[in-house]
Amino acid sequence: MFTNLPIIILLLPLLAFILMIFIGNKLPRKGDWLATGMMALTLVLSVVLLITKVGSHSADVFTSSLDWVVIGSKTIGVGIMIDNLAAIMLVVVTLVSTLVHLFSIGYMEGDIRYSRYYAYLGLFSFSMLGIVLTNNILLMYVFWELVGISSYLLIGHWYEKKSASNAANKAFIVNRVGDFGMFIGIMILFISFSSFTFEAIFDSISAGKLPFGSEGWLTAAGVLIFSGAIGKSAQFPLHVWLPDAMEGPTPVSALIHAATMVAAGVYLVARVFPMLTADALMVIAYIGAITALIAATIAITQFDIKKVLAYSTISQLGYMIMALGVGAYTAGFMHLVTHAAFKAGLFLGAGSVIYAMHAALHKLHDHDTDAQNIRNMGGLKAKMPVTYWTFLIFTLAISGIPLTSGFLSKDEILAGTLAFSTINGHWLLPLIGFTVAGLTAFYMFRLFILTFHGKTANEKILGGVIESPKVMTIPLMVLAALSLFFFYSFNPFGASSGWFYSAVVRPVSIVPELLQPAAYPVFYEAVSSVHTIAMVLSIIIAVAGVFLAFLVYEKKKISAEKLAQHAGFLYKGATNKWYFDEIYNRVFVNGSHVIMKALRWFDETIIDGIVNGAATVTQLFASISGWIDTNIVDGLVNGTASTANRAGRLLSYIQTGKVQTYLLFVLFSLLVLFILFL
Amino acid sequence: MSSTIFEPGLNHFLVVSALLFSLGIMAVLSKRNVIMVLMGVELILNSANINLIAFSRFTELSLDGQMIGLFVIIIAAAEAAVALAIVLNVYNRFKTINLDEINLLKG
Repeated sequence: MFTNLPIIILLLPLLAFILMIFIGNKLPRKGDWLATGMMALTLVLSVVLLITKVGSHSADVFTSSLDWVVIGSKTIGVGIMIDNLAAIMLVVVTLVSTLVHLFSIGYMEGDIRYSRYYAYLGLFSFSMLGIVLTNNILLMYVFWELVGISSYLLIGHWYEKKSASNAANKAFIVNRVGDFGMFIGIMILFISFSSFTFEAIFDSISAGKLPFGSEGWLTAAGVLIFSGAIGKSAQFPLHVWLPDAMEGPTPVSALIHAATMVAAGVYLVARVFPMLTADALMVIAYIGAITALIAATIAITQFDIKKVLAYSTISQLGYMIMALGVGAYTAGFMHLVTHAAFKAGLFLGAGSVIYAMHAALHKLHDHDTDAQNIRNMGGLKAKMPVTYWTFLIFTLAISGIPLTSGFLSKDEILAGTLAFSTINGHWLLPLIGFTVAGLTAFYMFRLFILTFHGKTANEKILGGVIESPKVMTIPLMVLAALSLFFFYSFNPFGASSGWFYSAVVRPVSIVPELLQPAAYPVFYEAVSSVHTIAMVLSIIIAVAGVFLAFLVYEKKKISAEKLAQHAGFLYKGATNKWYFDEIYNRVFVNGSHVIMKALRWFDETIIDGIVNGAATVTQLFASISGWIDTNIVDGLVNGTASTANRAGRLLSYIQTGKVQTYLLFVLFSLLVLFILFL
Repeated sequence: MSSTIFEPGLNHFLVVSALLFSLGIMAVLSKRNVIMVLMGVELILNSANINLIAFSRFTELSLDGQMIGLFVIIIAAAEAAVALAIVLNVYNRFKTINLDEINLLKG
């Protein structure tokens, strides 16, 4: 049950990928039914797995593995691990993936690379499921990179557009930066513990073994592995790739940026949670908080519907990371799940709006108006009722209004940060948490009101807008239902009594006692004592944010322009995304240009100099040797010849041709011999 | 005639032979005409004959010298025959029998 089923779940999307990439184009309807069907089957199997696993009320962990590579005494295995975390994550991934498949049938209709798009969706789902199912951090890294490459392919789906291919490159390269740190972290663990499996690593640590015998290295390993999550989950300072990745098709944004790829980072942190020291968790909490705040401020100022959602995604991911950092493990992971549902819904809703706007603009032969700019929208409520009502539910959920799933998880996170600050006095974290909650409610309703309410900017466009087809609205309705509270807990004001809290329990820290974060009972007690305050505060702040958005954008009591003017440099900074891209461009891009130039100089002067120098020296030797050859060797040969010649010439004088002369010589010689010998 | 005033000994013969040999050499070296050179050669051969016979007479060689002398005479005759044939051919080729004009082998 827990051995074969996960393998089937893992391999089905891979099979879909292989089928689609090779024969996708030859199938009827280019094979979209095949990919969607296989994904739906995967979803069904995942749900079965989840119900069996969680229904058994056990915290058991099922692992099975086989040896893959044996190097000396070290063995690297491949294996799967099913615990409640993985089982829940499986359903989240397959659910969103299935709905995105379904939605894409409408959204991507008539696309030039339709079947290839589905193939890449399959590859992406496969990689993501691999991350979820593996029991082995090396294998996880492999799937991690596969997610990187398949997201690259999906973001760059419309690669004819320069901005899309640039965005794909950016996403891939920025992710690599984080992955680099993660790999170093993995290697630290492997060198110290000679194993890649989570089980073996955790066993070694709980047995008191430390990497290189030092607590600092354990913290370093934790932070380095977390840097992989910084890249994938778009945390500060590597968050810059996610907004650009909106260049991909909108359903891809829903898949990558709501439920899967960006959630992988959070999942990774949850996986390695037991081995994180208090210091590492502190770093994680503050990174999450900074990310949440920065992204929320930027989201207020954006006018592109997808950009707003992109920054809100970053902000919510910051929330999850912060929750894990403060020890609100279950709340963080629950926010991942609820966020996956409502953010996928928001993206798909935005996709539905963009699809309708595109169709309307197409009818008018207007190719200049931006279909994604919310200033060109407004008043879509009447034309797109299903999209409107589902979008409203998603917006309420992300804003943390009671009765929604978002309220449950966000409330627990805020209570967690508050409890954390009562334990160790880090009051900045709850402050940021509550501020971001208010900002989120504000910018989400700003988006919602500007898109669906009020007067349209252009009546002609609005006239052409019609509701999207069923295949697109059904996924929205499914996700809207999943954004309600009763799926997670029957008590709308507290998640802790629901099945989720009993299924996902914060694992016990295994690091040496001095390095441990506040123990769970202590933390739980603190949460309980502040829970009511946190809940009331979060409701007040969320409602205040919504109310402010209504005042500014619906009733126009407060001018948004005036507010922006008052905010001054804050507004300017937020509009320009706090200049991250510019700074990175200056520092890293230009920096590498400078290094490149220096290396080029080195290459051209030193390396080429050595090569050319070698050539010159060879040439010199060759000319010397040539000179020796022509003058000395040939000289000897010719000299011999010419000496013989000259001697012959000299001797030829005595060869007169006259017999008598010769006879005279003979006689003379005889006389000489006589004189000599007689 | 048991005693005579002049009793020629070996040395006399050798002196005559040497004179004859020298005359022959002179002829061979200095004459331009091939015929004269050949005659010089005859003189040389005959001086050798005198030597042979003289040694034969004054030593215990009995008739060995005379024997060799006969051979020499025969060879001289053969040589004269061959040489004169060559001379005839040389004359046909060069239209002269002057040795200093026949110098095709000059280096």
